[in-house]
Amino acid sequence: MSISVLFASHLEETVAMILFGIGFSLLLLNRNLIKKIMGLNIMDTAVYLFLTAKGYIYGRMVPILTDGITDPNAYTNPIPDGLVLTGIVVSVSVSALLLSLTIRLYDRYHTLDLDKIIMEWRKEEDA
Amino acid sequence: MSRIRDNYKSSPAGRFEAWYKDGYDPMDDRMDIHIPTQTEEDYDPADVIAELDLEDTVYDRTANRALRISGYIYKILSIVLCVVMIGVLIWMVQYLPAFGQPDNPVNNEVSARYIGSGVQETGAINFVTGMILDYRAFDTFGESCVLFIATICVQILLRYDEGEKDPENVRRRHQAATDRLFEPKNDIILQKVSVVLVPLLFIFGIYIILNGHLSPGGGFSGGAVIGAGLILYLCSYGYSKTERFFTIRTFRIISLAALITYCLAKSYSFYTGANHLESHIPLGTPGAILSSGLILVLNICVGSVVACTMYAFYTLFRKGDF
Repeated sequence: MSISVLFASHLEETVAMILFGIGFSLLLLNRNLIKKIMGLNIMDTAVYLFLTAKGYIYGRMVPILTDGITDPNAYTNPIPDGLVLTGIVVSVSVSALLLSLTIRLYDRYHTLDLDKIIMEWRKEEDA
Repeated sequence: MSRIRDNYKSSPAGRFEAWYKDGYDPMDDRMDIHIPTQTEEDYDPADVIAELDLEDTVYDRTANRALRISGYIYKILSIVLCVVMIGVLIWMVQYLPAFGQPDNPVNNEVSARYIGSGVQETGAINFVTGMILDYRAFDTFGESCVLFIATICVQILLRYDEGEKDPENVRRRHQAATDRLFEPKNDIILQKVSVVLVPLLFIFGIYIILNGHLSPGGGFSGGAVIGAGLILYLCSYGYSKTERFFTIRTFRIISLAALITYCLAKSYSFYTGANHLESHIPLGTPGAILSSGLILVLNICVGSVVACTMYAFYTLFRKGDF
């Protein structure tokens, strides 16, 4: 199955997986701590895209009561929306925490490069 | 007279008074540990450079063969891992159920129940709000607590203590103070724009919070909008104007009051038997602004916590204090 077929049938899910992979490779391959945090945020975004894609149903309304219709077959799924909300809040908190840790590391080692930070740390440990 | 004075100073009472007035340390000159008196000027630069060069040759990647090889191996392995992971994930996508079909396994009886009897049970027109603030309100309480705890952690990591003795930290505190000294920056464009935008942002945020059970939005999005308004006001007019109405004290009071209100509003069901609880708060007419029981109150609580958190993140990252 070629990827163009996947793009045609599962566009949102495929894009979410590619975004997840991009974030993961940033996390592994980039030595800059800020860019690692960006990679983590891209992975979060991929998860939100995947969840919202799972909740969507063709031809239905957003889950807000319209014209007094309470038939479940008239609305899209509200549960993934709530989960995405949780995810966004946790992601904001984690990003803030990671960024403040990065600020402390930069104050101490004057670099954002993780390898150099580890080198300096080993030197301090040996000394 | 001076003789008596000297006697008094060396007597226990005199030493106690000096210690009480903070001018005397009883352990002075009797401890082995001293603060290092050597300053940066005492080092000979040539010595330091030579030492650094020696360390660099030990720890340098280009000089150390084992480190270089392990670096290559790490890079190759992580590229392979990334490619394999993306490949596996995309390969799995084709086995997912078709996009947007009503008979997918996610669209089960849970969401049908939330939509079918949500309006009678919660009184909220917005099914998502009814779900997260009534059926799953405890989960949202956890989210608010996560935000609050994140603010506290950032404060622990970034705040400069007034009694700090470490010269590095004192320098950083002075830097933060000078950032504050040149305020307000008097950026005319920013100030004129914020005169128009800040009231609109506040009103829009309050509108989103109060209409959380009627339209898209709610505490989190409205709180973020209000927080953005606060940050814009701070950027254009500086700390002295902002601190007239928002200090760390305001932050503490608003956050704690909101969290405690939320906790009391949603934990009473534990004490009254959890299940099949009779709520004595009328649900009101669905669609009216004063309806849906506790959801409006909870939205206001969540909104104030989020607004405070956004502002606190900004100020803490900018100068390490409120």
